[in-house]
Amino acid sequence: MSTPFVSRGFRGRRQRSDAAQRLPPGQYLVNGFPVLSAGPTPHTALEHWDFTIIGEIDEPRRWTWDDFQQLPRETVTKDIHCVTKWSKLDTMWTGVSLDTLLQGVTSSAHYILAFCDGDYTTNLPLADVTGGKAWIAYEYGGAPLAPEHGGPARLLVPHLYFWKSAKWVRGIQLLAEDEPGFWESLGYNNYGDPWKEERYAGD
Amino acid sequence: MAGIPARLEWRRASVLRHIDETPRVKSLVLDVPGWAGHRAGQHLDVRITAEDGYQTERSYSISSAPAEPQVTLTIERLGDGEVSPYLTDVLHPGDELEVRGPIGGWFTWRPEEGGPLLLVAGGSGIAPLMAMIRQRAAVRSPAPVCLLYSSRTYNEIIFREELDRSVAADEDLMVTYTLTHSQPPGWQGYIRRIDRAMLEAVAWAPEEHPMIFVCGPTPLVESVATLCVGLGYSPERIKTERFGPTGGDI
Repeated sequence: MSTPFVSRGFRGRRQRSDAAQRLPPGQYLVNGFPVLSAGPTPHTALEHWDFTIIGEIDEPRRWTWDDFQQLPRETVTKDIHCVTKWSKLDTMWTGVSLDTLLQGVTSSAHYILAFCDGDYTTNLPLADVTGGKAWIAYEYGGAPLAPEHGGPARLLVPHLYFWKSAKWVRGIQLLAEDEPGFWESLGYNNYGDPWKEERYAGD
Repeated sequence: MAGIPARLEWRRASVLRHIDETPRVKSLVLDVPGWAGHRAGQHLDVRITAEDGYQTERSYSISSAPAEPQVTLTIERLGDGEVSPYLTDVLHPGDELEVRGPIGGWFTWRPEEGGPLLLVAGGSGIAPLMAMIRQRAAVRSPAPVCLLYSSRTYNEIIFREELDRSVAADEDLMVTYTLTHSQPPGWQGYIRRIDRAMLEAVAWAPEEHPMIFVCGPTPLVESVATLCVGLGYSPERIKTERFGPTGGDI
């Protein structure tokens, strides 16, 4: 039985209890909106932008930017948690629910791989992006989503670490078998539940 | 993708010494028992625990080369930070802290990947790039390196003496500083933020297909990465990492 570790001389800065309850283990609160990405920010013109659903689907689906704007929009307020330890509470997003995009689709798929400008990918169980859990967001805080935050549109899956909320998303591939995405192939956890602190492979 | 990767376990590291790098930046040299090594550019997670069990975690870049026996973290003290002042001012040699890592498999360089390398740093964003420069020297890699390093002032250039010594001894290492806030008397170098003309003047030409690593505050990283794409460097050869104040406290 080893003694619990204590950092000599550390007091720490606890959050108010209401905020503390909303912080997953190991996370700290930020007020700003940090930017993280692995490479240059792509700048895709809206007239060249589309969103597609491909893979295990009878008829692939495609929307242009204008089509996409005609879809029913939802505004949601969510806490977000980045694997690099920051969390941000009450972030407000507007976009289209994945339920809307997948309406009427019959598929044998159990997984998706989101793909993006800049060649980023991330994988998720289909069950984690349906049932009111995921959106393709194009507004943040009531304004168009800035490029460094993933604009024109990003995936929003707030119940998982934020690398799953792929920036610059251009579509999803429906998959029968799970296929690791970019960070999932580079040592990060395949699922990424912040409440279980699933940061890295093996967590 | 077969097999379940081993969990990265928390380990107790002990502080061997502090190095004062600049007025706001210290390096923490750690002995990490059982450390299996890292790749230049990776970082380490640090977990701090108060007596009542309250815990918080942060990530810091490793500035030491994989070839070195100890693990060095280079940490900028943020005035309103919860953790960085503790690590730089309260911890002293002999103290322990919990770490796990190394973390990050993308923003890394291995000598066998060759060069040339274009490294662009802003402020404490030099830390992971320094690990690459040190690893290159430690294994005598022939990959030529061009470092463009933006600091606010002369005294805030982290690793300046080591970089200047290395440049004097190595014709394949080129270091260019720019000082954006103030300059000492007689300063001959750049005095502005990194821009297109500066990159054109000091960096490898796009035809030489350098691997590009950019690390610093978000505005610098956004600007430099975008400039590099505009200058014709392959986007897939440009790797970025953001650093410094994240808008809250770190």
